[in-house]
Amino acid sequence: MSINKDLVAASSTPLVLAILGEGDSYGYAILKRVRELSGGELEWTDGMLYPVLHRLERSGLIEARWDQAETGRRRKYYSITEAGRGQLAEERRQWHTVDQALRNIWSAMAVAGAGALNLILFPQQG
Amino acid sequence: MDRKPDGAAADSVEQQIEAWRAHLRKSGAITRHDAAELEDHLREQIASLGADGLSEDEAFLVAVKRMGAIDVLTREFAREHSDRLWKQLVLSGDGWEGGAEPEAAYGSRKMWVALLLAVAAGVAIKLPALFGVDLDPDKSLFYPLNIAFFTLPFIAAYFAWERPVSTTGRLWLAAAFLLAAVAVNAFPFPAAVGNAPGADTQILTIVHLPIALWLAVGAAYVGGRWRGNERRMDFVRFTGELFIYFVLIALGGGVLIGMTFALFRAIGVDAETLVGQWIVPVGIVGATVVASWLVEAKQSIIENMAPVLTRIFSPLFAVLLLGFMATMLGTGQGIDPQREVLIVFDLLLVVVFALLLYSFSARDPLARPGLNDWIQLTLVGTALVVDLLALWAIGSRISDFGSTPNRVAALGENVVLLVNLAGSAFLYTRFLRGRVAFSRLLEWQTTYLYVLSGWAAVVAFLFPLLFGFR
Repeated sequence: MSINKDLVAASSTPLVLAILGEGDSYGYAILKRVRELSGGELEWTDGMLYPVLHRLERSGLIEARWDQAETGRRRKYYSITEAGRGQLAEERRQWHTVDQALRNIWSAMAVAGAGALNLILFPQQG
Repeated sequence: MDRKPDGAAADSVEQQIEAWRAHLRKSGAITRHDAAELEDHLREQIASLGADGLSEDEAFLVAVKRMGAIDVLTREFAREHSDRLWKQLVLSGDGWEGGAEPEAAYGSRKMWVALLLAVAAGVAIKLPALFGVDLDPDKSLFYPLNIAFFTLPFIAAYFAWERPVSTTGRLWLAAAFLLAAVAVNAFPFPAAVGNAPGADTQILTIVHLPIALWLAVGAAYVGGRWRGNERRMDFVRFTGELFIYFVLIALGGGVLIGMTFALFRAIGVDAETLVGQWIVPVGIVGATVVASWLVEAKQSIIENMAPVLTRIFSPLFAVLLLGFMATMLGTGQGIDPQREVLIVFDLLLVVVFALLLYSFSARDPLARPGLNDWIQLTLVGTALVVDLLALWAIGSRISDFGSTPNRVAALGENVVLLVNLAGSAFLYTRFLRGRVAFSRLLEWQTTYLYVLSGWAAVVAFLFPLLFGFR
């Protein structure tokens, strides 16, 4: 299953913010976490994460710093800011609303579907 | 097992990463820092894939593939950082942690030396004024006569410092400026008479002195190595850009002056002295030095403007001259041989000369003849015809006017430029017919700079003597 591009793009901000909310991280580890969380279903082209990180950094939701990695290389670490936490709460509320709306319609469809099935299987009872 | 193949593979992966990073950096949307970040990601990915059992080469290929196509990546970066496509002049180190690079440190030292020289020029121009010399050219011609000495030596000093100029070379430069300064100030020009600001020969010296001395700046600019037309052409390019930068700075200066007047008027204080005695003179000499440094600093960052302007105006001037000739033919109206008319045609030749020079400065010498070359040739050809018509009209009357210094200078200038343009037209035609290489034209044009400078020196230094300081 491949996830629609718009959906990937829309979910990138809350995902990145939430992952950074768990603790400071860097590009490669963030991507790994996204794969873990989605069971490998949410596939990003690796490079595309970075423009997203830079956009969030520019809008002040996350902060970046260069540090020494355990490999000895210089690595850019990101951490969430206060504004980022606020944004994360807001995103969460919005996604919850969307999720709730979708859940409602899914279950309504399931009920209607069950009703239709009932009619087909047991027409004489109507 | 032999270790060698492994080492070779590692080497080649390093090289591949190197090439990949270089490719990333090409568009300018991805900075050094971004490339380092992406490289870290790539290496992490390669290591992880290697742990899963892939060979280094395979791991590299998979990691690069996962990273995404470079053009898509750079496009995405460019969308996020559109400001980066507007190249910015970085005046000092850009904050890469771990210390500024040596280049950046050198760059900022150059800036400070330029600023110091600009301040020195500003102090120099104020010194005589503090000793009672009037800045107002209506009262004293000291400043107009010496303006070149308050600017050019400082520009020359900057390049003499920045470039590997030999000590002998530096002494020669200093001697040239000193001699010129002593000479023009020792000339016994008569005091201003009536409403004339000064003797004709003095005005001529004022106009021609900076042109003659500009060659000394050029000597410093090329670091004393004039050989080869490329160096000379570099100096031509520098001159054009300097002019444009100076004009831009002067526009800003105009706003500054306007604001100064307006602000001080608001509190009932007249800023006339502040502006006239300080901001304008100090600003002008300071701006020339700063502009010189700026041209060098931005050299590789911003496209040269002078050739762009040339591209725009060459066709327009060609059309103007063709239209002018057509009107003369259509109306049968000849050129009215008035006294000032020669100056107009001198200026026309200067403009055409400059257009030609700056179109050469940006032309690839190996490119085949194109439309632009035909436009330039048309421009030169029509300018030659129009100027010859003017000379012919004036020639019949020249003896009536008498040979005053102004007229001889104007006529001499015309002839000097006419010879250059005739030579250019001849060589251009031969080039367009495939007879000579374009470098012959460059050679002709850049060598002629000596002639122009030499003629300016003759007018500035010999005319006063020849005409008895009239």
